[in-house]
Amino acid sequence: MATAATNVPAILEIADDCLILGHRLSEWCGHAPMLEEELALANMGLDLLGQARALYAHAGEIEGKGRGEDDFAFLRRERQYVNCLLVERENRDFAHTMLRQLYFAAFMQPYCRAIAATSSDETLRGIAAKAEKEMAYHLRHAGEWVIRLGDGTEESAARMTDAVTELHRYTGELFADSPARADAIAEGLLPDPEAVRAEWDATIATVFGEAKLEAPEIRVMQKGGREGRHGEEMGHLLAELQFMQRAYPGLEW
Amino acid sequence: MTDKQNLTPLWEVFIRPRNGLHHRHVGSLHAADSALALQAARDVYTRRGEGNSIWVVRSSDIAASDPSFAEPNFEPADDKIYRHPTFYDIPEDVGHM
Repeated sequence: MATAATNVPAILEIADDCLILGHRLSEWCGHAPMLEEELALANMGLDLLGQARALYAHAGEIEGKGRGEDDFAFLRRERQYVNCLLVERENRDFAHTMLRQLYFAAFMQPYCRAIAATSSDETLRGIAAKAEKEMAYHLRHAGEWVIRLGDGTEESAARMTDAVTELHRYTGELFADSPARADAIAEGLLPDPEAVRAEWDATIATVFGEAKLEAPEIRVMQKGGREGRHGEEMGHLLAELQFMQRAYPGLEW
Repeated sequence: MTDKQNLTPLWEVFIRPRNGLHHRHVGSLHAADSALALQAARDVYTRRGEGNSIWVVRSSDIAASDPSFAEPNFEPADDKIYRHPTFYDIPEDVGHM
């Protein structure tokens, strides 16, 4: 049975990942390198926003305190967001953005598949089944670009190598157990992320092999997002994300 | 600096509508290769559920008829109405054709 005390925070972790990464992709609006990617980035951002909305709405129902999508998305403080650090990293350049998307989608596609197959929560299974197809596309889109940029020109290869150096240390948190997730795993709400690590490793190895990139040895992976400890850039992100609701409380479209 | 046009040549996009039988030309886009062209076509031309199959063809691979030769090409057909199947009585049971 769904219990609000443990399950709401566990669902918010996934929802916040989707919201924050979706917002990052929305920042490309009007700045993408070509029209085709402009639309692709917005499409992917909207996929993630849709997943976040469904998860927030579901979390609000379980919680039963009348909080809805907007309350979770716009009206929490920075320390109350429990997204992993990877998704809040800045866009920097197209290489960073595509690599971040690859790292995330290579995790989320198999994880969503596992949620859809094993979760004790029927609504969550449904949300995950839909999200898996979306993440499969994100994975292919980002993978194709990482391959072409990594094995591309001198400049694109240098930018992709920079991105790997910068972002690889944030991938450990995708699999890390937070207290909320540990409870959710014990209850059968969520599968253990460790179950998809082998698939993630294989996906990244395949793409990096074709892209002529090397995954660096990271001794200590960065973490803290699940406890609400974020990087400096998160405050700037939230300032833009929350501006409208803070300036005009209760505003609706 | 390499010419950007050569890095991302033009592709023509054909979509088969959900309820249609054949692919129809819907537009064009720039992409580096066929895999990226298919991805871009999906993102640019199927966002509203337009279709269930995509073809892309390099625009430079399409041989087109010469517009200045349009009259010799097409006008000779104009006065040959007997080529249209309009001289038959269609039985009522056949319905709309």
